[in-house]
Amino acid sequence: METEETTLDHRIIYSIVENGSRVLDLGCGEGELLYPLVRDKHVRAQGIELDEKAIRECVKKGLSVYHDDIENSLREFPDHSFDYVILNQSMQQVKKVDDVIHEALRIGRKVIVGFPNFAFIRSRLMLFFQGKAPITGSLPYCWFDTPNVRFLSITDFKGFCEGKNIRIVEAHYLGEKEKIRFWPNLLALNAVFVLTNDSCGKI
Amino acid sequence: MKILKQEKIDHSSVGVVETKHYTFAGPGNKFQFENGDALGSITLAYETYGALNGDKSNAILILHALSGDAHAAGVHKGLDDQGWWDDLIGPGKAFDTNRYFIICSNVIGGCKGSTGPSSINPETGKPYALTFPFITVADMVHAQRHLIDHLGIDRLLCVAGGSMGGMQVLQWVSSYPERVKSAIPIATALKHSPQQIAFNEVIRQSIMADPAWREGNYYEHGQPEKGLSVARMIGHITFMSDQSMEEKFSRRLKNDSFSFGLDADFEVEGYLRYRGANFVKRFDANSYLYITKAMDYLDLSGGKLLPPGRDVDTRFLIISFKTDWLYPPYQSQEIVRALKRRHVDATYCELTSTYGHDAFLIEVEEQTTLIKHFLDKTFNGYLVADHHGN
Repeated sequence: METEETTLDHRIIYSIVENGSRVLDLGCGEGELLYPLVRDKHVRAQGIELDEKAIRECVKKGLSVYHDDIENSLREFPDHSFDYVILNQSMQQVKKVDDVIHEALRIGRKVIVGFPNFAFIRSRLMLFFQGKAPITGSLPYCWFDTPNVRFLSITDFKGFCEGKNIRIVEAHYLGEKEKIRFWPNLLALNAVFVLTNDSCGKI
Repeated sequence: MKILKQEKIDHSSVGVVETKHYTFAGPGNKFQFENGDALGSITLAYETYGALNGDKSNAILILHALSGDAHAAGVHKGLDDQGWWDDLIGPGKAFDTNRYFIICSNVIGGCKGSTGPSSINPETGKPYALTFPFITVADMVHAQRHLIDHLGIDRLLCVAGGSMGGMQVLQWVSSYPERVKSAIPIATALKHSPQQIAFNEVIRQSIMADPAWREGNYYEHGQPEKGLSVARMIGHITFMSDQSMEEKFSRRLKNDSFSFGLDADFEVEGYLRYRGANFVKRFDANSYLYITKAMDYLDLSGGKLLPPGRDVDTRFLIISFKTDWLYPPYQSQEIVRALKRRHVDATYCELTSTYGHDAFLIEVEEQTTLIKHFLDKTFNGYLVADHHGN
């Protein structure tokens, strides 16, 4: 499903990643994000993906992918193996978020995290007025078939980073078609953060 | 093997092929085995398909499994004997002979045209039998390197193979990384687990328990057929999966009722007996002992896959199969982990298949997609991806 939001988050991440850098994309799907980066920015790309069919699509595009789940896939990479570790729209499907972010920060110079904002106004209204589990553009699943296991808001994530001494280098808040400038935790569908642990070691 | 007046050849076959032989080493420059022994005059059987390009950059070396041979594709003149990877090698196939020059080499120690225990020792005029040096996978690869030198190929575009073929692939990277641009190890391992060694030991014991084996000196009397066929039957059980055996045989009977005796009542029994009986006609018992030993000796774990202290730019495509319990996916993941530690460019895919270890010979479509595009990328570089669009 190619929606406007995914295009916008991909555009933002595309603009963040520098030419010729080493990139690891966790949950790379069919390589929608990695392929343009390899093509235009000549990045050295590696994907991790669990879906066999998606892996075949990546290989068709000339991308290198490991068949693995995100949580088990990071341990063997040496420190600072990558300039960017991307965790876009996959963090909410990970159980041990803490471990994954910790490992991502170990193996990557910077970590780019993109996730749907559970506190988006329409979610709040749906929950408040209809009393139903929210379904929005960025959280399009019914409660019984969602792949998501973690539901968080932008404020939650900022608090998480603060608690773990993770430095947020950049923050981008995304609406349906453009970036959100005000009250992101209320108005943004998605967020993209660039993280680093340059300034501290304890997580 | 049916003899045909006219070989059955379709447009996707490499057509009629011939097994060639390359002989090297001699009294003055003997081939040095890993165990310290040396022999003069070593012959390797090999076949080639497609054409080598001007700058010799399109050569792919295919390596076979335990009981395989150099005949990987096409048919021999007058025979209906499709090569063991005919589904993957040919015009437009995974290993596309319109684009690549494919070489398939037999192994040293084998019995399919290469020097091994059944070859005649020129000094005695008799088969070497157990006086033949015990080989390793590194010896197999070392011998193949002589062949690749002879063919004038500096750097192979790819080295590919399944099972023991995959072990040779890994050994090629370990021994000669600068000569391997890409590697496709399929359904294989860096080392045999105790379980795999145990199976091989039972296989060897069943051969050696046959009085007809005569401590390996059976050549004047004929093969230890009973032992060798049991050995192969054990092998065949490990090549299949529980599920594929259920699908293939279930509990179906050969006849309508039980024999209440020791005949082969069940189809699966008949199948194993048939495979065992056929195998003794085509494979030397001593070679089976030697090659299984070589597989057990291989150990490229603990950083031995890649030479230390320098970048390795060999690209990898690693494939395993979900129901393969002889070379389970975790063993392929160990290869992946070794590559991650060294920043090697690699793709790993665990394919869904019900065929067990045999899948590497049977699962054509999925392997073709992966191999074809992986080779495309290796041969042409990143820009080729533009053709696929996004």
